[in-house]
Amino acid sequence: MNSPLLFTLLVCLTLFSYWYGINRSLKVAGGTEHKKVLSCLPKQFGLLTAMVCGLPALITLLIFNSAEQLVIEQLLTATLPANIQALSNIDLGLYLNNIRFLALSESNQALLNNLSSSTDIALNIQLNAAIAIQKLEQQAKWLKTALVLVVSLVSVIILVRKFSITYEARQKSETIIHALLVASSAIAILTTLGIVISVLFESIHFFKSVPATEFMFGTQWSPQTAMRADQIGGSGSFGAVPLFAGTLLITFIAMLLAVPVGLMIAIYLSQYANSKFRNIAKPMLEVLAGIPTVVYGFFAALTVAPVIRSTGEYFGLSVASESALAAGLVMGTMIIPFVSSLSEDAISAVPKALKEASFGMGATKSETVIKVLLPAALPGIVGAILLAISRAIGETMIVVMAAGMAANLTANPLDSVTTVTVQIVTLLTGDQEFDSPKTLAAFALGLMLFITTLGLNILALKVVQKYREQYD
Amino acid sequence: MTNSIDKNITGNATPAKLQTKLSTTEKVALSLKKRHQKERRFRNTGFSAVLFGFMLVVILIGDITTKALPAFHQHWVKLDVNYQSDWLSVDANLSGYELTQQLKTANFRKVLRNSLYPMFVNEQTPKLSRKDKRSAFKLFSSNAEFTIRDALLAAPEDLNETVSIWVRLDDDVDSYLKEGFAFGTAGLRIDEQQAQWVAKLEQEQRIESRFNTSFFTASDSREPELAGIKGALMGTLLTMFVTLLLSFPLGVAGALYLEEFAPKNRLTDIIEININNLAAVPSIVFGLLGLAVIINLFGLPRSAPLVGGIVLTLMTLPTIIIASRAAIKAVPPSIREAALGLGASKMQVTLSHVLPQAMPGIITGGIIGIAQALGETAPLLMIGMVAFIVDVPTSIADSATVLPVQIFLWADSPERAFLAKTSAAILVLLTLLLVINTTATVLRSKFEKK
Repeated sequence: MNSPLLFTLLVCLTLFSYWYGINRSLKVAGGTEHKKVLSCLPKQFGLLTAMVCGLPALITLLIFNSAEQLVIEQLLTATLPANIQALSNIDLGLYLNNIRFLALSESNQALLNNLSSSTDIALNIQLNAAIAIQKLEQQAKWLKTALVLVVSLVSVIILVRKFSITYEARQKSETIIHALLVASSAIAILTTLGIVISVLFESIHFFKSVPATEFMFGTQWSPQTAMRADQIGGSGSFGAVPLFAGTLLITFIAMLLAVPVGLMIAIYLSQYANSKFRNIAKPMLEVLAGIPTVVYGFFAALTVAPVIRSTGEYFGLSVASESALAAGLVMGTMIIPFVSSLSEDAISAVPKALKEASFGMGATKSETVIKVLLPAALPGIVGAILLAISRAIGETMIVVMAAGMAANLTANPLDSVTTVTVQIVTLLTGDQEFDSPKTLAAFALGLMLFITTLGLNILALKVVQKYREQYD
Repeated sequence: MTNSIDKNITGNATPAKLQTKLSTTEKVALSLKKRHQKERRFRNTGFSAVLFGFMLVVILIGDITTKALPAFHQHWVKLDVNYQSDWLSVDANLSGYELTQQLKTANFRKVLRNSLYPMFVNEQTPKLSRKDKRSAFKLFSSNAEFTIRDALLAAPEDLNETVSIWVRLDDDVDSYLKEGFAFGTAGLRIDEQQAQWVAKLEQEQRIESRFNTSFFTASDSREPELAGIKGALMGTLLTMFVTLLLSFPLGVAGALYLEEFAPKNRLTDIIEININNLAAVPSIVFGLLGLAVIINLFGLPRSAPLVGGIVLTLMTLPTIIIASRAAIKAVPPSIREAALGLGASKMQVTLSHVLPQAMPGIITGGIIGIAQALGETAPLLMIGMVAFIVDVPTSIADSATVLPVQIFLWADSPERAFLAKTSAAILVLLTLLLVINTTATVLRSKFEKK
């Protein structure tokens, strides 16, 4: 039985055991009319039975599934001739893949027919192995079905035998639910740990072949590594400075657009607009925040970039078709609602007394905003800008579609630059073997990205917290 | 007017030489005009910033809509197809099942060629040159021979007859007809001879524009006139199914624990900070996690909606937890206390009183999280959902792509017709998001009324 079917069966069994648990508990009580003698409601007995039936079996299924492939591979390798077992890990993996492909593409009978007709020894070994793998997989399927069913049934039987009038089914099931809740909230930590460990681990691999100082301070980025030893221009150099510079340039352009516009929108909406206008304007501007980034990327590459290019040519400037300006401006557009809503929160959080005092002194609204509200809300606004910068640095699709691939170290917004995220995508979307420095470089870049955005977020949080302490 | 006005606010507005002679009230009165002007300017700047924001929305949506419109219709051409059995190399005496079997593998390309060449000859050129033949054949979609095959299979009695059949035009001709480009426009591969032929076909009223149904019923293709979004839509559906199934229960359970049960200690603090930080981690980093851990360590299949769903779950989980916690926090404590007073256990209070009360808010948060996942592209590129996939995926372990990734792939294609396709796919995506977000807004307002 395959996993989806088994899973469905398990769900049915679980539902059944809910009903079974209720019935058993009633039997223990001596009939429906005596159910009050039980220490818990019958449905709580049912719930406990259902959980005991489903959970251990589900865990067994998951463990089995994740270990299945590995065990089959081990068993298969043990039956192969010694010269193949002696292959390096990568070659052995390729060999096993071949066999698996053979087993997948041909039925058992076809394999046997080929085996009897073929005289090629190497091929015969593969065919034999393919037959073996089919057999092993068949066995694994049966074993899995049997194991899962036995686990669920045995745990239900053991549980039901313990049922008595005083059995605390509710407390037991609550303990299980509690454990499940704890596990769910721990996933957040596991995710972070997963990110840190996977990225860090691969980065350390990378820094073994490329020194960290070269990566951090080198100004040459051309990640092609040689396929053959005598290849020209394939030495590969991993100096990431042009990428950092490109990222900063595009982020800077984006901020140049997003901060003033976002801030002015926040001021107008919170101080000047009446509630009717606000109710129309806010959702309208939130549309900008809800549009997927791939759409912005398309817009940047196919609408904004050509416009900038032709405008530049009109003034006699040479503009790259993938200019940093196009990507930056569109990224700024994306970030406007982010800056405006966070700054609006910061401005509205300024105590009313400050504003009224300023009005009382005869200041106009704009004077109040510029000289009283903005300075008071400054920490919140700075926090918002920091968060916006962290967003711009980590943004991927706009730059993948609208920024360049070549690493230029330049401050000219009309030139084409590349960014950290663009390089991560380019390095990992090709057909690369996993251990080459080229793919590992992507993880090193990911590490830099993670550290930078994390740092910015923590900084933003600190700034905002300090501000809160001032007024509350 | 008050005369104790702050020097800072008015100071610079008064001319220096008058300062000694005038009283403060007079100084203020003199500066008023300038200050009010400044006020108006500031106000107008704010208003124009809002208008600028509006303008960006309108330009963005308008640009994509106008670009998308051509993709919703498609030009077809009427061919007089002569199903000669010797061109097909089919035995005309056969019938029924045997005929069908032969027709399935018959040479329909020859029928197509021989049927379409007569349309392009006239007195001056009674016979087409080899080059002309090739360029005439190129006017039609590569799928035309299958269209005429299917037509004959549906009506085998037409064998050895001449029938009018509508087939698709090639994407370049289609774009040419829709947009009326000058020759030599980038990405438009059509020459003057072909343009004359197309004009002739139009004169004979053989060309017709129809609603492009195959955009919704076909899967991805290298030929723009055949490419559709069905595969990507199915992939999106499967991926969202996995995401919803995992992120919603996990998110709610995590939020319930943190809000109702967690003791206030260092560990819970760490979890809290963690969740807030995870919400701000760039999405591409989740893609790296998916590649390194889920694919390379756990060995789940590349390009599968299952892996995509898991990665998007990890990405949206913080959003859902944060929203759910806010909703749980908003449940009045009186409800908890009343239930506790009646002897309910802490777990019973949480599951049967707090959770139902918080549900509308939790669902809204969940929908917002799903909307975020629906538009996400970058992490899915990392886990290989970027491949060219023709088959419509049917299970969560099949290779698949999703709508945003399809948009990314099409946007990269050089054919001019893919520009409209991409925009149309974007419109579909935006419509989906609009529906989802409207649902969330309606739910939220319903919740707030209570």
